[in-house]
Formats: sequence, structure tokens, C-alpha cells
Amino acid sequence: MKEKLIVIGNGMAPGRMLENLLETDPTRYDITIFNAEPRVNYNRLMLSPVLSGEKNYADIVTHDDEWYENHHIKLHKNTPIQSIDTIHKSVRTHHGDSFAYSKLVIATGSNPIVVPIPGSDLEGVMVYRDLDDVEKMISIASGKGSAVVIGGGLLGLEAAAGLQAQGMSVTVIHLADTLMEKQLDPAAGHLLETAMKLKGIRVITGATTTEIHGTSQVSGISLKNGTRIDCELVVMAVGIRPSCSIANIAGLTVNRGIVVNDAMETSAENVFALGECVEHREICYGLVAPLYEMASVLAKRLLDQPASYTGSATATKLKVSDVDLYSAGDFSDSPDREEIVLRDAKAGIYKRIVLENELICGVVLYGDTTDGPWYFDLLKKSVDITEMRETLVYGQAYQGGVSLDPTAAVAALPDDSEICGCNGVCKGTIVTSINRLNLTSLDDVRSHTKASSSCGTCTGLVEKLMVLTLGENYNPAAITPMCGCTHYGHNEVRRLITANSLNSIEAIMQSLEWNTSCGCAKCRPALNYYLVCEWPDLYKDDYQSRFINERVHANIQKDGTYSVVPRMWGGMTSSQELRAIADVVDKFNIPAVKVTGGQRIDMLGIEKDDLPAVWKDLGDAGFVSGHAYAKGLRTVKTCVGRTWCRFGTQDSTGLGITLEKRLWGSWTPAKVKLAVSGCPRNCAEATCKDIGIICVESGFDIQFAGAAGLDIKGTEYLGHVNTEVEVLEYVTALLQMYREQGHYLERMYKWARRVGVEKIQSVIMTNSEQRAEYVARFELSQSVAQVDPWAARVNGEHHYEFNKIEPKPIRATA
Amino acid sequence: MNVLIWLEVGVLDDIPIRGSRRIKHQERRIALFRTAENTVYAINDSCPHEGGPLSEGIVHDNCVTCPLHNWVISLDTGAAQGADSGSTETYPVRVEGNNVFVALPELNS
Repeated sequence: MKEKLIVIGNGMAPGRMLENLLETDPTRYDITIFNAEPRVNYNRLMLSPVLSGEKNYADIVTHDDEWYENHHIKLHKNTPIQSIDTIHKSVRTHHGDSFAYSKLVIATGSNPIVVPIPGSDLEGVMVYRDLDDVEKMISIASGKGSAVVIGGGLLGLEAAAGLQAQGMSVTVIHLADTLMEKQLDPAAGHLLETAMKLKGIRVITGATTTEIHGTSQVSGISLKNGTRIDCELVVMAVGIRPSCSIANIAGLTVNRGIVVNDAMETSAENVFALGECVEHREICYGLVAPLYEMASVLAKRLLDQPASYTGSATATKLKVSDVDLYSAGDFSDSPDREEIVLRDAKAGIYKRIVLENELICGVVLYGDTTDGPWYFDLLKKSVDITEMRETLVYGQAYQGGVSLDPTAAVAALPDDSEICGCNGVCKGTIVTSINRLNLTSLDDVRSHTKASSSCGTCTGLVEKLMVLTLGENYNPAAITPMCGCTHYGHNEVRRLITANSLNSIEAIMQSLEWNTSCGCAKCRPALNYYLVCEWPDLYKDDYQSRFINERVHANIQKDGTYSVVPRMWGGMTSSQELRAIADVVDKFNIPAVKVTGGQRIDMLGIEKDDLPAVWKDLGDAGFVSGHAYAKGLRTVKTCVGRTWCRFGTQDSTGLGITLEKRLWGSWTPAKVKLAVSGCPRNCAEATCKDIGIICVESGFDIQFAGAAGLDIKGTEYLGHVNTEVEVLEYVTALLQMYREQGHYLERMYKWARRVGVEKIQSVIMTNSEQRAEYVARFELSQSVAQVDPWAARVNGEHHYEFNKIEPKPIRATA
Repeated sequence: MNVLIWLEVGVLDDIPIRGSRRIKHQERRIALFRTAENTVYAINDSCPHEGGPLSEGIVHDNCVTCPLHNWVISLDTGAAQGADSGSTETYPVRVEGNNVFVALPELNS
């Protein structure tokens, strides 16, 4: 009979512990979990993205029901444990059922602290801890009203940013003089405060909340200095307290948390504890990395393997978009400590390294956090920095012996340096897994090692490790030839077109030694696009290398007829336009008329030879081609915005029309769809588009790389801008970057996944010079691309496409 | 079996290089192709797969790729290439100087 292992609590720490345990020995224990929450295990770190609307519950589930089933784990949801009998080794649920254990693990986590001030029990006063809290906050927020967040620590600021993204106007009240004073020094705290204010969040520091007002529902708060702030929601985020009641009842030793030794044992035999509920060497932890370290130790101990937990140094990264902040270790002033500080106000960079006896004991980075893990590694390993002291503050790239090449920098990392902070995965583990399991794709590495599977900020590092480990075998861009006609991949062909100034399909095929006489249906359209993009004003488009839809500017249907979609800017139309469409439908007996997903009208079943006449009538009514057939800009979908909607924050329709008028006619690697929503309710569904704009009170959030087709994928956040003019500039630059880098037929989200979301963000959002260059190149291209193809064909272009040859009998020859 | 009758279908320049024209011949759909090497082919304008209009495909070497599902059809033999199998009818073509002639079945004869 198997030994019985009972786990109380189903958070991230026990979840990880069970993963570790099952990986080594899936059969030793008969496992039962009692969870007070009504759910499976989810990634609590990701609550902030759920609150801000970037992710939903399904995205953050770590173990679904199937996982428990597959591992033969009995999960009792909604079942709190009432008592533990450590003498007879059993637990009792609140239903009164008793379960025996041979090993017990307590992982009850922590409870948020509620400040006991008058009014703290009112409806609308909340804490920020689990998914229920988040769901409640979202339902209260729903795009309007004011919220006060009490507590300007990590959690409070993430809650504030999330509520603001949900459309609320938010004030943060913080007791200390600067934000996140436990993790940041005052200088960085001030920088953070400025950044939060720029996002439109009000911050009041050095303030004590004395009372929460309201009769049954919250209506406002008062501060000690007499200030009163009206609000409908108060979120308390002042800290957490280990949840120890069950351990107290069981008579275990408890100080602030449940006391455990280096083996994760409590004071009772066969009873272990881990996670936020424990106190180890007088420290309670609230960050995920130490919890995972405990999980690994406990899993080994439960399998009678040697392992001990000796405490963790902790590092923090704030998950608020646009704010790059990293801190680790201890940086309080003391006489025997020295510090190195670098400030670059223009670039918004602040770095402070605190040294004691030539060892790093603390680091604060603001604005540029790339070197955070490197400093943290030096700190954890107590590396003597005397040699590199002069250049230490500039980061790893400036150290002797290590080149500026980021891949070389990753190669130089020791095996036990941590790559993925969320999941505590170090370099050695990733490299070993790649080799042992023959992993060749990023997704494989994610699913086998968990690295880069949580917040994703380490994706670049993981990919560099794959390049280092697999060499030639991991070069996702180059490994696949464009088609059977060549051994070159898309990247090389594009590079060689530029490098060798190749300006025709024939020149490319000649120079790159194509093995067919004139390519195939795969490579020719790709080459034609690359040339259109590279030489917009010089290259003559080769229509015979375009798919039929782009050759005749309509969509071919299964029966050989075509469908026609006129452009309706931003999805707006008029009685006059609708009447013209109705007339065309009647005149040409068009059998089907359909409203498309992109807010356009589609006329289906038109004979090819009728197309020019249909276009003529549509053109007379003011219509141009809707490019519904193009690897190019398709539609900009909009909601009615501020003009009509009571929730609208900006003129989303007008912005959509302006965007469409700027971008139409451009050829792109694959189709491009946009949407503009007037508020975070997002009625235009902008978060599954190639580029989506969400209007908010303070301006515009630009999203990109979404998909809702073969793949379904929410967009990535590009950045926030304040004006419509900036939206046009940033979106144009982004589109041109994609035009220049995308592989033919590679949608924007796949391109972003290939080159890295962060890289795109950093170019478009922070490099104004490159941005301007992209915009200039796009405008040059548009100067020749914005020609209505329908009007051109009405005027006779490619007329042979639209009529048939009538064979004649041969004249009798004498 | 139908008798083939030679018909005049115009001059070479009527057909774009690496392109095609459609011929209207009674109720039949017939496509005329001109390759990069200036060879002219006439074949039934219907893919052996699902009847897609081959005249709308991309022409490469002496093949055309059907626009509906990317089957590659030999203009010379009318046979599907690669892993696909099936065949569509081809018709004799004669180019004399600049004039193009095709032999098509005369259904009414």
C-alpha cells in the first residue's frame, strides 16, 4: 500500500513541490489535496495582468483538472481543514470527515492585512489576493469611477495600474515618504512616483488613512491631514501575514509564521510546511523564487533525498507596463558600505549598487533592468568585484573578457545562474533538458523546463541558450528554405536583396542560384513582395508573380466567381453608399451580400468579366477597393467612441478612419487588420488584431501581435502614447518594421514571436531615431502604393484579364 | 469521339508571359498559357482536383499552380505533379510567326 501524502493548500508553492516530487517518483505517494479555494492551481503572479485585462483566468491556470486526474491526485476543492491530529496522524475537514496521513504538508499561504480603521468593513473595501478579489474589482471598475489603493508597495502599485487599465481613476495612498521603500531607495522611489503619475495615477506619499466613509457602500476616505478623497472602491494592499491558524490549533511552533528548519520540517514529526505561511530562520517570504526553492527541497526530503533550504536572497521586478524596475538585496546606508550610482536623466536611467567589503549587497535598477539578474548572481555568489569596480555600473557587457555580443554574455553565465526568475530555472537545467530530450523549439523548452512560461521576460535569454546549445540546429529563421527552388531561407534572401542591390526576380534567381527556371508559386509571390518593399519607387510589380486575388483585386471563390468588398473607412457608411451598393447588387444580379467580420459589406458571386463594370459603378459612388483580398492593410474596425458612447474616452471612429487613410494600399508580408476601441470595454475587439488601439482617458494604449484565426492569441502591449499624432507615428513605424522584417505570409504575431516582443517594443517605443526612419520609409512607399487598383482597371489596366478570347475559324488558304 | 478543328486564337502578344488567357469556345472553359520560354499550351480550364480555374494560377516552368488548393498541373501533359494524381485534357497548339492556333473539339459537328 502506498504512503499517504496530504497537502493542505493548493497554491503555487505546493503545486511546484508536487511537480518536483512526481517528476522524480510518480508512484511512491497516494496524494490528496485540500483546498479552501474552489479552483485548481493558478499562477498568482499573473493576477495583475488579469486585472488589467491582458490575460484571463484560463491563461493563468498552471494545473487543470486533467493534470490532477492524470497524476491520480485527489483534489478536494472548497474544503478547508478544521483540525490536525499530529498524534494519530490525521486531518479533519470542516464537513467532519477524517483522513489519515503518513506525511502532511501545510501550505496555507498568507492573508492580506486589513488595516483596522473605521469603515474597513464597508462594501467596496477589498484586499488584492486571489482571483475572487480580481473578479470583484473588475466588476466594480467596469470602465468608470474612482478607486483608492492603500499601500504603495509592489502589490498596491500593480493593483493601481490594473484598475487604471480597467478605466478607473486611481489614487495611491502610501504611508512612507517614497513608494516601495522596502525594495527601492528614495531616489528610485521618486522616479517610480513620476512614472506612475505619467501613467495618470495619482500618488500621495507620507499619508495615513484615518477613516473610510460610506453608509453601506464606500463613498470616500479621509487622510490624517484632513484631505478627503471620493471613491467607490478601496483596495488595501499594505502587506501579508502568514496564515497559521490551523498550525496554531494543531499546537505547532508558530512565531510570525509556522516555524520550519532547513529540512522544511515543523515542530511535529512527519508534518512539513512551505510557502508564505512559514518562517525560516526568522524570515517570512512573499516572493515566488524562495517558495520554489523551498518546494524543491521539500520534494527531495519527502523522497528521503538529502537537501536543505538555507534561505534565499530575493530580487523584485515590478510588473507594471512601461515601468522597468529591479531591486535585489539590502541597500540601506551604513558606515561600512559604499555605493556606485549612475544617473542618466535624459534616458530615464538610474542604477545604484551597494557594496560592502568589495561584495555586492544590494542593487536598484530603474529604466534599464537588463543587468539585474547578473548583479543578483554576483550578489548571491559573493563575487569579489575589485577587478571590475570601474565598469561595474555599466553592466555585464562592459566587463573585460566578455564581449558586447549578448549571446556571448549568456554563454559566460555559470550553470547555476538563474535564467527564469518566476519559475526558478537555472541555465544548467535548461541546457541539460535541451540535450537530453532533444528539444528544438522554444515551446518545447517552455513545456519541459517551465523557463519563460510565466511572465515571459526571460524569453530572449532562453532563446540565446537554445542558440548556444543547438548551434546551427536552432536558427528558426534560416533553417527552413523558402521553397524547393532554393536553399536560402527568407531572412537570407531579404538580406541579400539589400546587400547586393538585387532589383528583380530574375536577378535574385540568377544571383542566388535558383534551381528552377522561374521559381514556383511559393517563392515568386514572396520575392515580388520583398522587392516591392525594398525598392518601392523603382521596382515594377510583377503581376504574374501575384496570387490571383491580388492580380485581379477581388477574392476568388470556389466556383471561380469573385467577391468584391469596397472600402468603408473605419466601418462608417451612409445612406448614399448603401443605396449605391444596392443598385450594383440589382444591376449585376449579385447572388449574395454579406456583412464581414471587419465591418465591411461583401458582394459574392460576381463573374470575373463583370468586375470592371461593377467597380465602375462603385467608383462613381465614391468607393475604392477595400483590399479584402490583399496581403496588405485590410480593415480598421472601430467602435462609435466618444461621439456617441457614454463610456467613450476618445474619438475612436475618427482615429480609425485616419489610420485607415494613412495605411491603405500598403503591401505587407501577410494580411494586417486593425481595430480602435474607445474604452477598455473594447467593443471593437482590438486585443485580437494585428494592431489594436485602446483609448483611455489619459491617451492611447497601443497593442499588437494578436490573432483570432488559426491561432487565437491576445495582443501584446506595445506602449502608451498621449496623442493621436503619436498613435499614427508609432503604428506606422511598427507596420514598416514588420514590412521590412516579416517573412512572406508570416502574420504579425508570428513575426513578433520570432524576433521578440520586447525587441520590437524597445525599438518602436524608445528609439526615436529609428522610429522616424521607419516612418520616412513607409511614407516613401505609400507615395507610390496609394493608387486605387479598381479605378486603374476601370481605365483599362490589364484589360485582357477580364475578357475571353473568341477563337475564329482559320481562313481557307488557297 | 469529337473531331478536333484548328482555330485561330490571336497573336502571341495577347497572352502575357508567364500568364494565361481564357478562351470562349461554346460551353467549354479552355485556358491558353504562355511560359517564360514563350511556349504556348492549351488545356481544359479545370483542375482535376475540384475544378478550380487553372487560368487564374501562377505559371512556372511548364506548370501552373491551381489558385484554389495549390495543385501543380503540367501544362504539357495535363497531369497533376508530385503526390497528387489526376489529369485534365490538353489540346494541340501551333504557333506560326506571331499567330497562335489551337485544335479544339467541335461539339456540334
